[in-house]
Amino acid sequence: MIGISLISFFIMHLAPGDPTALFIDPNVDPQELIRVRANWGLDQPIYIQYFKWLGNALRLDFGRSYLTGQPVILEIAERLPNTLLLMISSYILTLLICIPVGVYSAVKKGGWFDNLFTVLSFIGMAIPTFWVGLMLMLLFAVQLSWLPATGNLVLPLITMTIGSLAGLTRYQRAAMLEVLNQDFIRTARAKGLPERIVIFKHALRNALIPIVTILGLSLPDLFGGAFIIETIFAWPGMGRLGVQAIFSRNYPLIMGIVMFSALLIVLGNLFADIGYALVDPRIRYEKK
Amino acid sequence: MKRNKLAIFGLLVLGSFVVLAILAPMLAPYDPSEIIENETIPPSLKHLFGTDDLGRDIFSRALYGARISLTVGLVAVTIAVLIGTLFGALAGYYGGLLDSALMRMVDVMLAFPSIFLILAIQVMLTPNIYNVMVVIGLTSWMGVARLVRGEFLRIRELQYVEAARAIGCSDLRIIFRHILPNATGPIIVAGTLGMAGAILTESALSFLGLGVQPPMSSWGNMLMDSQAYMRDAPWMAIIPGILILFTVLSLYFVGEGLREKLNVRG
Amino acid sequence: MLEVKDLSVTYFTEAEAVSAVSGVSLLVAKGETLGVLGESGSGKSTLALALMRLVGYPGKIVKGEIWFKGQDLLKLSEAEMIKIRGARISMIFQDPFTSLNPVYSIGDQIAEAIQLHQQVSRREAWSRAKDMLSLVRLDSRRISDYPHQFSGGMQQRAMIAMALSCRPDLLIADEPTTALDVTIQADILKLLLELQRDLGLSIIYITHNFGIIKEVCRRVLVMYKGRVVEEGETLKVLNDPKDNYTKSLIESLRVLRT
Repeated sequence: MIGISLISFFIMHLAPGDPTALFIDPNVDPQELIRVRANWGLDQPIYIQYFKWLGNALRLDFGRSYLTGQPVILEIAERLPNTLLLMISSYILTLLICIPVGVYSAVKKGGWFDNLFTVLSFIGMAIPTFWVGLMLMLLFAVQLSWLPATGNLVLPLITMTIGSLAGLTRYQRAAMLEVLNQDFIRTARAKGLPERIVIFKHALRNALIPIVTILGLSLPDLFGGAFIIETIFAWPGMGRLGVQAIFSRNYPLIMGIVMFSALLIVLGNLFADIGYALVDPRIRYEKK
Repeated sequence: MKRNKLAIFGLLVLGSFVVLAILAPMLAPYDPSEIIENETIPPSLKHLFGTDDLGRDIFSRALYGARISLTVGLVAVTIAVLIGTLFGALAGYYGGLLDSALMRMVDVMLAFPSIFLILAIQVMLTPNIYNVMVVIGLTSWMGVARLVRGEFLRIRELQYVEAARAIGCSDLRIIFRHILPNATGPIIVAGTLGMAGAILTESALSFLGLGVQPPMSSWGNMLMDSQAYMRDAPWMAIIPGILILFTVLSLYFVGEGLREKLNVRG
Repeated sequence: MLEVKDLSVTYFTEAEAVSAVSGVSLLVAKGETLGVLGESGSGKSTLALALMRLVGYPGKIVKGEIWFKGQDLLKLSEAEMIKIRGARISMIFQDPFTSLNPVYSIGDQIAEAIQLHQQVSRREAWSRAKDMLSLVRLDSRRISDYPHQFSGGMQQRAMIAMALSCRPDLLIADEPTTALDVTIQADILKLLLELQRDLGLSIIYITHNFGIIKEVCRRVLVMYKGRVVEEGETLKVLNDPKDNYTKSLIESLRVLRT
């Protein structure tokens, strides 16, 4: 986390472009300019700025947005739930689809469903997500007028889900295939268990384990997707805020968002680890 | 069997795109920046892909766009592979503290939503095609690094490395002459996939206005222009996206085919 | 009790059709232990799987009859075959660690078979599972533990408990001790013999180890490249091998001994 803040901060300040220029009338007296810069602390050496920022950050004070003057924390807090809503519902939807599809493809390997799925998944991985968003918008909002183009959850949700579906489903399929090749599946059949039970009780439970970790690991990508998707659909979330902040060189806001997203990601990984321990008894119990 | 067919398909599509891109100046019916018509025309015989909001011929723009996207993809992935291989080789070969330190760096960079980082950097600089390539390269080497490190760790333990060391080869020589050549398989596969990713990233960047700048036409910024005209000129949005899709898809197919041929594990 | 006539199994891969088992015939009487001796690739494991009709794709049983207690197993429907697996014919495998499902407790896995075949309540199945654990000399209090919490030898005992939980007539043991330490091997063998005596069990013991065959099997079948090359009472085969392959196997045993 520290590393991330360091990198972000230095990159930010390496950039040419004085943020004060953004909201100060160029006709203003240069003295005024200097005063404002001092006010914002921009005239001090970089490392002092960083440490001041860090100190504040630890107290959750990320300063104020250059643009609106609001405390960064508040701005983020306003938008955060929206982004979370989008991401979490996308996760759930993705899981709901990818597990059955992946499992079915694995079980009926080589069948028409599997082949169809493979082709679709390749396409799904090759497609630029933002274009999918545009196409969906085109189809549903513009041509058919079934759904509003912005402000509504459905279209961004579908776009985001399509983005992560392809990869995750392939992974699920691979995991399931690997499990089906294990010896204990043979044992289960040798016990006289009907195939249905072999697959759903024995195989599935094992195949679900890797998904938990993958979910956690895909968090950065999902988050990255949020930035673009929120911008296209004008979804009022952290991602869109971040993009706007970047365009307006709103340093405090940018820093705040970066830190928050990193935090979210770290938390996500943590949950993934915990989930993994819950799901796999081998981790839960030490070997005696 | 099916893998091969797909790979050939991919190779053909990719190949033809490359050829078209290289020959763009000769093939383009019109100058891509020139305003031909004074209205927006849907695809027709005169304008294969139609014209855009300013009246420029989309087919020509797409051809030049192919040049841009393919070049950016290639250069970016080359940068990424070079950096990643360097990191991975050092980490994998020397192990110990160096390995931990390097991998920690990799982890930090991976934890970042790279899009955000790229966006941030791009805004700070004046976006143009060159820094797009560099920035993408600088943010996508991590996967290659991990891969290369893994390969080095594996190969390092093999017999002929022991033998080479026993003869008295220097470390550098061992790395370059003995280990690296055997690690090229996965690197090449990662390269094709990386190029696909780079193209996707570049188009996303250009779409947001932080990549290739107009009037240079990248498929990404063509999509950016198309947003306001979705109702009236939907082909502006549909076509570039399809082109990106096909390019990336064929890269994937080629990558998979190479994976089979070079016998690389998933 | 079990009579196999002219059994053949072929694997149909993309490249070619490989015959894993060709024209194998054998007999197992009640309470008897038949050894199947062969090296890797001899088809012995495929034979074992074929007996339970567990040969996986791309393998297929192409010819033969398997007569078990008056029925030709190859003519049964899958639903009927399911009733036989685990209940009348059971199998234990070479690597007990990978052969047990890591996410369910030992008790779950043993009770599962009991519940399925003997149609008893879960509580009853669980209690019978505990009895089985005691039978194989495992602490029945560990019934809720997971496979990875046991040692290799104990895992194999658990597998045996699982296989015998429904009192089958025939147990097929595919190299059950190959993955274990030598000292544990002896324990497991002893256990198998005792159980056989107590339960009136017939055993088909598959191995590449002639020494074990000598200890445990009254009759032996020698397999080479999918065919039976020699068959008879163990001692007779040992002292007076007719086939060249058998001869070289015995020779190598002698050489290793000295």
